[in-house]
Amino acid sequence: METISTTPTVTVASSSGATPASRSFKVSSAPSDAQPAETLINIENFDFYYGAKQALFDINLKLDDKRVTAFIGPSGCGKSTLLRCLNRMNDLIDGTSVKRGKVTVRGIDINGGDVDPIELRKRVGMVFQKSNPFPKSIYENVIYGLRIQGETNKTRLDEVVEKSLRGAALWDEVKDRLHESGLGLSGGQQQRLCIARTIAVSPEIILMDEPCSALDPIATAKVEELIHDLKKEFTIIIVTHSMQQAARCSDKTAFFYMGKLVEYADTRTIFMNPANPQTEAYVSGRFG
Amino acid sequence: MNTSSNLTTPKSANPYAHRPSRSQAIEKGVLSVFRAATYFILICGAIVFGDIVFKGVPTVVNSFKTTADFPYVTNTFLFTAPESLYVFDYDGKSREMGDQEFRAFRATEEAKATAAGMPVPAIKATSYVYSAGGIWPCIVGTVLLVIGSMTIALFLGVCSAVFLNEYAKDGPVVRFIRLAILNLAGVPSIVFGLFGFGLFVLAAPTVGTVPVGEIHLRLWPLNYYLNFGGWGVSLLSGWFTLAFMVLPVVITASEEALKAVPKGFREGSLALGATKWQTIRKNVVPYALPGILTSSILGIARVAGETAPIMFTAAYVVRDKLPWEVEKASDFFFQGVMALPYHIYVVSSKIPQNEYTARVQYGTAFVFLGLVALIATASIILRNNLRGRYKW
Repeated sequence: METISTTPTVTVASSSGATPASRSFKVSSAPSDAQPAETLINIENFDFYYGAKQALFDINLKLDDKRVTAFIGPSGCGKSTLLRCLNRMNDLIDGTSVKRGKVTVRGIDINGGDVDPIELRKRVGMVFQKSNPFPKSIYENVIYGLRIQGETNKTRLDEVVEKSLRGAALWDEVKDRLHESGLGLSGGQQQRLCIARTIAVSPEIILMDEPCSALDPIATAKVEELIHDLKKEFTIIIVTHSMQQAARCSDKTAFFYMGKLVEYADTRTIFMNPANPQTEAYVSGRFG
Repeated sequence: MNTSSNLTTPKSANPYAHRPSRSQAIEKGVLSVFRAATYFILICGAIVFGDIVFKGVPTVVNSFKTTADFPYVTNTFLFTAPESLYVFDYDGKSREMGDQEFRAFRATEEAKATAAGMPVPAIKATSYVYSAGGIWPCIVGTVLLVIGSMTIALFLGVCSAVFLNEYAKDGPVVRFIRLAILNLAGVPSIVFGLFGFGLFVLAAPTVGTVPVGEIHLRLWPLNYYLNFGGWGVSLLSGWFTLAFMVLPVVITASEEALKAVPKGFREGSLALGATKWQTIRKNVVPYALPGILTSSILGIARVAGETAPIMFTAAYVVRDKLPWEVEKASDFFFQGVMALPYHIYVVSSKIPQNEYTARVQYGTAFVFLGLVALIATASIILRNNLRGRYKW
């Protein structure tokens, strides 16, 4: 891991024994290939509390459209909390509150009084740390969101299932057993099923909360490859403990520490040339 | 350690060789106590069940009779109402007959004697109440009580468990409600009986065209009155009393079953834009149902078996009509029924005991056990079906 900071030109893959040899991720090429990204999510002066305990302090962050942004930081630094603020999943926890600041998506304050969290979550999907396919068939898992929205047209559902499973790079593996339980899949397949389920409702943003932390390196590589493909259509925000992962698949990286945003820049900058000594210490593995 | 073991067993090369010790002796003693306790329970159970089966089976088996019409065979113990037993000597033989059979017999004998010009024979019979006939109305009554009360208990119980577990914010009020529910489980069943009598039999609200009692409300502008005259000794009173008795069990078990559904299923569903109710209905309650049913099976045995709650609220000592022989449909809910546990109570303590009543007691007890086993088996099959469908 030290190699990242000490030898700026090395690819992350070669430094990590856990990464399959066949794949060599470069530190994600910054948005040089495409036109400059627009800002999709704007977080301004955001303070967040669990009861009386402040979890996030004055966060200011602009997240780009159709890009992958990684949140990194040690455990308990608030990165998952911030992620869950983006689709208001924290509403489900008693006593949470936004005391100051706002989060806007395309200029709309998502904590505003006229925003229905249900509608918000249809547009901002989420993939969890622990893959959580429902104990239903693969088919039913994928169309769950559409069923909830009242879609009953069989042809349309079939289409969505195929499209979503293809999108999640799972179609070829499961097309012959769509009506078997989703829990019969391997851990990596389950996680990709959850991704398929999320993209089936065609959200704009996909939040991923450590999606690979329970997966083996090969399954991780598949999910990362998938993230690469998904960013053509979706804005992805990924929380990860693995710095290699952040380096491999994100365009921009935000480093959090103790509920504060320490540094936010292009992934290349964060890993090669961080401005903040804390960031440098963290990405080089000296703490956290 | 090494040296001491060498001292005690100097010749043995095996350091793991078996050596008697105090802790092993204690272990043996404790084990034998545990084993003896288990076998004692087993033997007691076997004696109880064996006694009931051994004495109850003949009552049922000896009651098979052939009939003239389809299905050509019937069981008078299972499928007829209780009757008085008449025991008498006639033509030098001792005979036992049920009420109806005895009347028919006496009529034919008298007719025969009159036809032959002989004096009418005086038959001196001793009668024993409830010792002949069968227990069909009791079986029907018990089944109705179980179905009705479990339906009410499951509906109310699951609703409140969902509310407490999924919606209510944990706080002093919810904790107080939980405590109250748990305490309800400790209330003796006779207290439930009295409570049911006071509330449902005497004071439950009814709607009628005439005002009853001092307190009543006219349902303006309709010409109906809301009265508080109670439901009387009726199925409805019994259902609610029994339901309240098993509610604590159902609520506690339902909450446990709901808690056992992984949080990920709820979050996954909500993150897809489902409302809380959609999540609960599609992604929580279906997975909790097997657990809820498992505990309800215990509830069934309790509901079917309790005598105290129904003796004031729903049970009749004897009733000629079967529950479906009512004039109008609404009467169905407002009639009392016979029930197996109450029947056992009546034939074992309310009538003079003799050799003939024992047959009925044991026969009823045996059928009762069989019926509970049957209902429980049905619920277990249902539960296993559900379990097979939703596994995680």
